[in-house]
Amino acid sequence: MKISKSPWVLHYDGSSCNGCDIEVLATMTPLYDVERFGIINTGNPKHADVLLLTGGVNAQTAPVIRQLYNMMPDPKVVVACGICACDGGIFKECYNILGGADKVVPVDVYVPGCAVRPEALIQGVVKAVGILEEKRKKLKESMKAGYCMVDYSKMAVHMTADDYDPSTQYDAILTEEALREQAEEKMKATAKPTPKPAAPAADNSGKGDNA
Amino acid sequence: MTVSIIIKAILYVLLAPFIGGLLSGIDRVFSARMQGRQGPPVFQPFYDVFKLMNKQTTVVNGIQVLFVTAYLIFTIFTGALFFAGGDMLLVFFALSMSEVMMVLAAFSTNGPYSIMGAQRELLQMMCYEPMTLLVAIGFYYANGSFMVNDLIHASVPAIVQIPGFFIGFVFILIIKLRKSPFDLSTSHHMHQEMVKGLTTDLSGGNLARVEIAEWYDTVLMMGIVGMFFITNNPISILWAVIACSVVFFLETLIDNLFPRVKYITMLKVTWAVILVFAGTNLLILNVLK
Amino acid sequence: MYVKGANTLANILNVVNFLILFPFIMAIIIGFLKKASPLRSAVIIIGGFTIMAAAIYVAVNVLMSGNKADFVYLENTELHGHIVVAAEIFLMGLVCFLSIKYKKFYAIIFSLVGTVPVLWMDLTGKAVEGFTHVRIDTFAAVMYLIVGVVGILICIYASGYMKDYHHHHTDVQDRSNYFLALMFVFLGAMFGLISSDNLGWIYFFWEITSVCSFLMIGYTRTQEAVDNSFRALWMNLLGGCGFAAGLMYCNMNLGIANLSQLTDSAPSKFVLVPVTLFAFAALTKSAQFPFSKWLLGAMVAPTPSSALLHSATMVKIGVYMLIRISPIMYNTLTGIMITVIGGFTFFAASLLAITVSDGKKVLAYSTISNLGLITACAGTGTTEGVWAAVMLVLFHAVSKSLLFQTVGDIENCMGSRDVEDMHGLIIKLPRLAFIMMIGICGMFMAPFGMLVSKWAALKAFVDSGSVWLVIFLVFGSGSTLFYWAKWLGKICTVIHQSFELEDITPRSEMVSIFPLTSLIVIMCFAFPWMSTNMIQPILDEAFHTNIPDVIGGSDVIIMMIMVTMIFLIPIGSRFLAIGKNSKMTMSYVAGVNAGDDRHYIDSFGKERALYMSNWYMDEFFGEKKLLLPCIIVAAVLVAVMLIIVVGGAF
Repeated sequence: MKISKSPWVLHYDGSSCNGCDIEVLATMTPLYDVERFGIINTGNPKHADVLLLTGGVNAQTAPVIRQLYNMMPDPKVVVACGICACDGGIFKECYNILGGADKVVPVDVYVPGCAVRPEALIQGVVKAVGILEEKRKKLKESMKAGYCMVDYSKMAVHMTADDYDPSTQYDAILTEEALREQAEEKMKATAKPTPKPAAPAADNSGKGDNA
Repeated sequence: MTVSIIIKAILYVLLAPFIGGLLSGIDRVFSARMQGRQGPPVFQPFYDVFKLMNKQTTVVNGIQVLFVTAYLIFTIFTGALFFAGGDMLLVFFALSMSEVMMVLAAFSTNGPYSIMGAQRELLQMMCYEPMTLLVAIGFYYANGSFMVNDLIHASVPAIVQIPGFFIGFVFILIIKLRKSPFDLSTSHHMHQEMVKGLTTDLSGGNLARVEIAEWYDTVLMMGIVGMFFITNNPISILWAVIACSVVFFLETLIDNLFPRVKYITMLKVTWAVILVFAGTNLLILNVLK
Repeated sequence: MYVKGANTLANILNVVNFLILFPFIMAIIIGFLKKASPLRSAVIIIGGFTIMAAAIYVAVNVLMSGNKADFVYLENTELHGHIVVAAEIFLMGLVCFLSIKYKKFYAIIFSLVGTVPVLWMDLTGKAVEGFTHVRIDTFAAVMYLIVGVVGILICIYASGYMKDYHHHHTDVQDRSNYFLALMFVFLGAMFGLISSDNLGWIYFFWEITSVCSFLMIGYTRTQEAVDNSFRALWMNLLGGCGFAAGLMYCNMNLGIANLSQLTDSAPSKFVLVPVTLFAFAALTKSAQFPFSKWLLGAMVAPTPSSALLHSATMVKIGVYMLIRISPIMYNTLTGIMITVIGGFTFFAASLLAITVSDGKKVLAYSTISNLGLITACAGTGTTEGVWAAVMLVLFHAVSKSLLFQTVGDIENCMGSRDVEDMHGLIIKLPRLAFIMMIGICGMFMAPFGMLVSKWAALKAFVDSGSVWLVIFLVFGSGSTLFYWAKWLGKICTVIHQSFELEDITPRSEMVSIFPLTSLIVIMCFAFPWMSTNMIQPILDEAFHTNIPDVIGGSDVIIMMIMVTMIFLIPIGSRFLAIGKNSKMTMSYVAGVNAGDDRHYIDSFGKERALYMSNWYMDEFFGEKKLLLPCIIVAAVLVAVMLIIVVGGAF
């Protein structure tokens, strides 16, 4: 059984003109019936496997996207839907636009289009599901090596007044990369020939797989 | 005697997730067909749970896991108690205890959606708790015992004497199975105003545990529906299965027909239905006795 | 093998006398000690444990003996009689004096109406000389255990609590010696009431408890306290008037002087008159609707008095009386009316408990609600009903006194007793939170004690065919679940970035809290034993019959499995490392969690506080909406009962 049989998606609108959002929602309607593939729109990062981002990223949405991404449990993939999410599109030069979604989170699949077609979206998600499967294998390996084995009993739930420092408390939780690096070092130390350490997620896929 | 009890309980523990998962899959296919689409494979719930098991589990705090595990264990325990032939009242008491565990898991997160879901879930429990207890009492009136083992040897199906209880129970099943007019705390349909309510802050393995617990729960509920039809005649099992199928189909239909109601409407409607149907039935039984 | 001789019997009588008198002596001693001194604590602890040991000694002796009919004493009561008369006059004078002082003249009327006719009867020799004055049977022994253990633990708790209380409430004049002395007087009166068989004596002790509770509620002497204490006084004195009327009817018309004589007599139209009057008095004492308001007002007093009034003593007198007269009420109008009032109170009070957020008020409503259930059980007059009622009394006394004490401690630590402020208590005050969780679980959750009794009650109601009661009970248990579970949820909420508060609970309070906590857990396991050794003998004595186990063999085993599971799951998950490789994250707040689960970033980039309050549904079941109709309905029921039964006999 593959985990790719039930990709649950989360849709977030960076700062799109709503064109792509309408298309994303259209994809979820009975007309296209993506539930055939087990796809469900969860609206909750903690349940989601696939993050669908529409629109370019601006200063206000960047932290939100980052937080949503961080809340999603591994393995997870990000799909940039529409040309704005891919690289900023028509709004690229705007004063408040940082650029495409990959400015804040690692994007796995880019689905261009203005607005993106539902068919293209479906194919994009299907591609993403393939990546999800690969990531899961890598996760399993890194789990063995101790990645994300966080002893939460030591996390700052119980605190005294002396420990209190609001600026640092969640750092340990948020900097996933730090954990990943630790795990990779561990893996390098333990594993002899293979497997390869988990590569940064951003480079995993080619651009522009569209219909 | 003891051996058969243990075998029954073990059979339930082993088989119920398959039946429950399948029922859940059938439910989704039915819903899809009612909406004019193909829908997911029947085994989709199993795929979902398998996937969740293979995902990383994120938690908001340490005790969340504890409560979810307790919820699963107590739900299984409750079902096993019922199918092994235990005391109906005890079954329902244990059931409400396992539900409280789930609610506490949601409360412990301190997330706004989780807590909202938890409050709504508590209200739902307040709505259906009278009926579950009344069902046990109804069986007692009909067949003179609280023990499931004695009840299945009845000579006349219980439904003949307690049809009002049956209607009331089918009505609260809408809440229990989280079907649409009353799916306030968490719904099977996602992306809504309370996100996923009760289960919002659960993920990966924890969510999988909740799903499995709900499968067990579904089977338990169907078992109670079947109880209304079971007699000492083996053929009655067929009737019970048919009744369960009809009730299950009905619940799916209701799910697709009605929009969600406000909590106070739910409280009023449920208590009214319980009072009118089960209460009247109880009065009549008492007079006839 | 236990051998019982005349020696032991006399011995027991001495201990009983000691139990009744020693608390009064304690009260006098405490009155002379220095306030908040270690000596006072030491005296209370030593004296308290002596009383507890004596009470347990009597209870164990009585429970272990084969024939309980032996523990009956006819004393030379002339001297006692004089003391009782003098004390009654003193009480009446005290009430009159305070009523005049605070200009609440109506209390005088109730006091005079209740006391003067009884005095007249006693002094003119119209009272019947009964056989026995003191009688210790199994039920008395069980009550001894409750009062002796729970009541004394509350007194010990109070010795530490009052110090903290005056530390926080500097505006209240420190009269803690007087308060502690009152508590011991109360316990003495309780022991007296339980031991007495003579109705006159019961009435005397009954009045002592009324006046004592009045004095305790008015402790702070604020306007609210004075008002509430007088409300408690007039309601209890009204009940006292009912009792006095019943007493006089018994003595002058029926020629009965003893409670046991009354309960053994065949139910006739005339016997039912005093029974109904006693039941009426019991309703006021145990704060059933329409007399619930005094108990709600009682929480203005310091916590120990609430704990004492709500759990082990005051309200338990009412149900004690009801359980005593339960056999005669079987299948009579009185019984039916009492059952309906009890069932109605159970349901209505549990709805009202949903709508309040003051911790002590929730507890108060829950007390009223649970007493309603006990009342209803006793009213059925069946063996199963009495079984459930006694079980409920036992479990309720322990759980509720623990909860009151914990709420009091939380208030001392946090400065608030509001349920909303207990948000995240498990982080702020882990030890108290854990104790509180056990207490709350003990009140409503399977497989803890209260549920066993509720279960038995349900069976009793079904068997006795009281349909309305079944309906009250099932709906009431739904709302009971709601208000307890939401409180439990508040406590369990884990809030990040919160400090552990300093737990300033003094050791003397823990001396009380820990035994009570362990008692709740032990009683979960011990209830089958309690059933055979404590409750079945009560049924033997009251009904001269026995019942098969209400909760039978296999169920008990399953309950035990459940209790074990509750304790094993936390331990097991720790060892099995369930969820050990989980990743910590924030809770979902639509992607704008500020990082601590308690703030979010609004659209202007500012942090804003986020707080989820519990549901109170005030607009549907609020006190404003529900309380008055409930009181009216119950008042009509009480009036109907009194008019038909009492009026019907003439």
